[in-house]
Amino acid sequence: MEIKILGTGCANCKTLEKAVNIAVAELKIAAKVEKVEDIQQIMGYGIMRTPGLVINEKVVLSGKLASVSELKEIIAKHQ
Amino acid sequence: MQYQIFKLKNFQIGIILLPVWFLIYHNLLPFTNWLVFDIFGMTKGEYLAEALWFFIFEFPKVMLLLTLIIFFVGIIRSFFTPERTRKALEGKKTFTGNVMAAMLGIVTPFCSCSAIPLFLGFVEAGVPLGVTFSFLIAAPMINEVAIILLYGLFGWKVALIYVVTGLSIAIIAGWIIGLLKLEKWVEPWVYETKVGHNGMDDGKIAFETRINMGFDAVKEIVGKVWIYVALGIAVGAGAHGYVPEDFMAALMGKSAWYSVPLSILIGIPLYSNAAGIVPIVSVLIEKGASLGTALAFMMSVIGLSLPEMVILRKVLKLPLIFTFIGVVGVGIMIVGFLFNFIF
Repeated sequence: MEIKILGTGCANCKTLEKAVNIAVAELKIAAKVEKVEDIQQIMGYGIMRTPGLVINEKVVLSGKLASVSELKEIIAKHQ
Repeated sequence: MQYQIFKLKNFQIGIILLPVWFLIYHNLLPFTNWLVFDIFGMTKGEYLAEALWFFIFEFPKVMLLLTLIIFFVGIIRSFFTPERTRKALEGKKTFTGNVMAAMLGIVTPFCSCSAIPLFLGFVEAGVPLGVTFSFLIAAPMINEVAIILLYGLFGWKVALIYVVTGLSIAIIAGWIIGLLKLEKWVEPWVYETKVGHNGMDDGKIAFETRINMGFDAVKEIVGKVWIYVALGIAVGAGAHGYVPEDFMAALMGKSAWYSVPLSILIGIPLYSNAAGIVPIVSVLIEKGASLGTALAFMMSVIGLSLPEMVILRKVLKLPLIFTFIGVVGVGIMIVGFLFNFIF
C-alpha cells in the first residue's frame, strides 16, 4: 500500500508524518510512506487544508491531525 | 461488563462539566480576595498585592472563558469547511462576495500554514481575487481567541468594536484590491495549477462527532495558547502596580497623532498570536495609551504578519503584497484615528 503525507513543511505536517510512521510500524504492514511537499502536486489532490493524508491515491484526511491509534484504524480500513 | 455503565460519552461529560464551570467562574472573585487578602495576609493597595491579585483572578478567568467558548466554536466550525466556503463564494458579485467572504473568514477554520492551498483552491474555483483577499484579511485578524480575550479583559463593547471594524477593513480592503484588477501580480503558475477533486466532505457528520470536534478544538487551541495567556497576563500583572499610570500617555496617547501609524509599523514585524498580545494591549491602555492607538497596534500585530507575507509571496508578486499591506494598513490607521477622535 502507498501512503502519502501532503504538506509544505508546517509543524502539523511533520507531526502527522511521524505518527503515520509509528502507526505503520505498529501495524507491521508493508507500506511505502512518502512525503509530498510540492504544492502543485498537493493541489492535484484537491485539498485546501494541510496536512493531508492520502492512502492508495485516495484522500482520507485533510487539515487535521490524527493520533496513532486513529491512524491505525484509518490505515487498516483502507488496506 | 459492569463498568460500561460508568463509561460516559463525551457529550455527557460536557453536560456534567458545565455547572462545574459556572461554579468556578462565579466564585473566582471572592476566592481571589480570600486567597490574597486573608490567606496571604496582604494589604489592599500594595503593589505586590495588586499584581498578585490581578494574575490570580485574570488568568483563570480568561482560561475558563477560552475553554468554554473554544468548545462551542469547535462545534460551530464543524459546520464550516474551506470547501463549503469556497462553494458559497463561487460566482458571487464583488461587493456581496466581499461581505460574505469576510464573514465566512471568521467562522471557517483557518491556519496561515494552509494559506497557499486555500488561495489556490479559491482562485481555481473562480472566486474573484478581491473576494479571496477579504477572506484572507478577516480569517486571521478576527479570530475567536482575540474576541474572547477582548471580552474578558475589556468587556463586550470593545470586543464588538473590534469585530465590526475588523470586518469593515476586510470587506473594504478586499473590495479595493478587486477594483484595482491586480491579477497580473499573481504568480502565473497559480492559474496553471490543476486542482483535483477528491469527493471528500459529504458534510454528514454525526452530532457526537461534532461534540468531539469541540473537545479537540479545546485541546488544540487552549493547549497551544495557555502559555501566551499566562505570559501576557503576568506582564500585565507586573506592570499593573509598578509602572506609573501615565507611562504610555506621551508615546501612545491621544495627543500624539503619529502614534497610530507608528504603532502599525511596529506591529507588522511583531508576530504574536492574539493570546499574547491582548493582555499586553490591556496594560498599554491602562498606562495611558488611547483606545484607537492600542486597537490599531493589535490589529497590525494579528492581521498583518510577516510570516504570512512570506508564505503568500509564493503565490503573489511583491507589488501585490505591498498593495495588500498598504490597503489594510491604511484601513487600520483610519480605525485608529476614528477611535482616538470618538473616545
